Amino acid sequence: METTAEGFEAGFDAAVAADERIEPRDWMPEAYRASLVRQIAQHAHSEIIGMQPEANWITRAPSLRRKAILMAKVQDEAGHGLYLYSAAETLGTGREELLDKLHTGRQKYSSIFNYPTLTWADVGAIGWLVDGAAITNQVPLCRCSYGPYARAMVRICKEESFHQRQGYELLLALSNGTPAQHDMAQDAVNRWWWPSLMMFGPPDDESAHSAQSMAWKIKRHSNDELRRRFVDICVPQAEALGLTLPDPDLRWNEERGRHDFGAIDWAEFREVLKGNGPCNEQRITQRRRAHEEGAWVRDAAAAYATKRAADGAAAEDGIRMMEATA
Amino acid sequence: MNDAPVTAPTTIPQAAPPRAAALALGDDALVLSHRLGEWAGHAPVLEEEVALANIALDLLGQARILLSLVGDEDELAYLREERTFRNLQLVEQPNGDFAHTIARQLYFSTYQLFLYRQLAAGDSAFTGLAAKAVKEVAYHQDHAEHWTLRLGDGTAESHERMARACGALWRFTGEMFEPVEGLEVDWPALEDSWRASVTGVLERATLTLPEGPRSGAWRAGAGRQGLHTEPFGPMLAEMQHLHRSHPGASW
Repeated sequence: METTAEGFEAGFDAAVAADERIEPRDWMPEAYRASLVRQIAQHAHSEIIGMQPEANWITRAPSLRRKAILMAKVQDEAGHGLYLYSAAETLGTGREELLDKLHTGRQKYSSIFNYPTLTWADVGAIGWLVDGAAITNQVPLCRCSYGPYARAMVRICKEESFHQRQGYELLLALSNGTPAQHDMAQDAVNRWWWPSLMMFGPPDDESAHSAQSMAWKIKRHSNDELRRRFVDICVPQAEALGLTLPDPDLRWNEERGRHDFGAIDWAEFREVLKGNGPCNEQRITQRRRAHEEGAWVRDAAAAYATKRAADGAAAEDGIRMMEATA
Repeated sequence: MNDAPVTAPTTIPQAAPPRAAALALGDDALVLSHRLGEWAGHAPVLEEEVALANIALDLLGQARILLSLVGDEDELAYLREERTFRNLQLVEQPNGDFAHTIARQLYFSTYQLFLYRQLAAGDSAFTGLAAKAVKEVAYHQDHAEHWTLRLGDGTAESHERMARACGALWRFTGEMFEPVEGLEVDWPALEDSWRASVTGVLERATLTLPEGPRSGAWRAGAGRQGLHTEPFGPMLAEMQHLHRSHPGASW
């Protein structure tokens, strides 16, 4: 291989074409690096903002078993955020820089987390539909061309699948419960169905990054293709739950062997992305507040670690707090 | 449900070992777990989201085992009122700032560590449970100890906050050493171990053991007798609201 720029680029292209993994020390086009940083960071941000709508119900969970499941799930999401920030850091950025971009609105998170959790059943609907959509999106990412991202997705998808089954089981218990519980479950599905379909992003002809991401094998399938897969998976699951999906145009298309479904309200999607969804302001304010109110704690940890380093005892305090304030 | 059902919310359980003891330990774990759960999405750093949730889950697991020794865990958690809860007043205290939460963790996890070590070494209905839980509790104590060191010996601000938190919670610590019926524990030894450990941690953190009374003036066993502080009622209202709104429902 020649060590010219063209040589590096040809090597990268060949590796991608051969379905080999690109690793942190490998040469990569700047645009590939930037695109991955953007996607992985937004994925990480979605995990940590996504803790809020569910954490909203931890203190009100109606049984100790459900409370334990929900706490474990929210804890997993923080862990997923950590994996993903680590994956992003292999591309030469830092967690602190990415968080700053989140807090100042320069990087986004998934539109879905701007919807409120109004009842306990919403916790189940998020598990079934939101995690279900996330898995449909993320399973192909386990074969993504960038190694650290692909490996993070393998771990994350395993845990997400578990959450998704728990969410489904929660809804099933409600659907088979009292009439009031059944109504609660149906109402939650009615409110979360369309926002879940929006999680796959804009239609293919409006998706700015899709073509390049697919060429680089970051993405493996188009937004619309994944969305159709998701609908086909959900329809029989809804039937098994004894719940309906709020789409009068949803029906089986014998000819195509798939479901047809109604039009998505893209105007709403764009408004939510612009910051005008029901909870955008609340979510980012809470995140910023947690970060700002925690500043003295991170400062303390950094100061303590510096003192211990001076004592030659740095190894005893192996946490990463120093980086957080560096 | 055993001899003394608690389905009626106002029924005060009869103290018969290990029932009173299981309720006391179970309520401690249940209530502190709930308080830690309130941190979700609010922690100062992502690693602490994981750590606080992890501790909360351990405690909830302990609570579920202990309450199940007494009756139905959900009836006990969701259908009792304040006066029949047997937890220490310490664990029901609001989270406050991170230093306040850490001071509460230091005091309580140190207590739980030495208590469970004694129970694990003994031969009672709690031996097996304590042997398992002592491993979790050792982690909780280690976490609290390390944060006490970082905050106490960190910046001037964190030192000040940690000192204030340790002082504010001090008056809830005396209750921990009131004997609990049905628990075969050497209470004076427990108190000595606790005091020595906490004193050591605070000194290494450049803090001093608070002075002043270690209980309220009018207390009579306080939390262990169902006498709680004002923040506890609203906490229970939030915890129990949904369950109570759907009587008899399964979740």
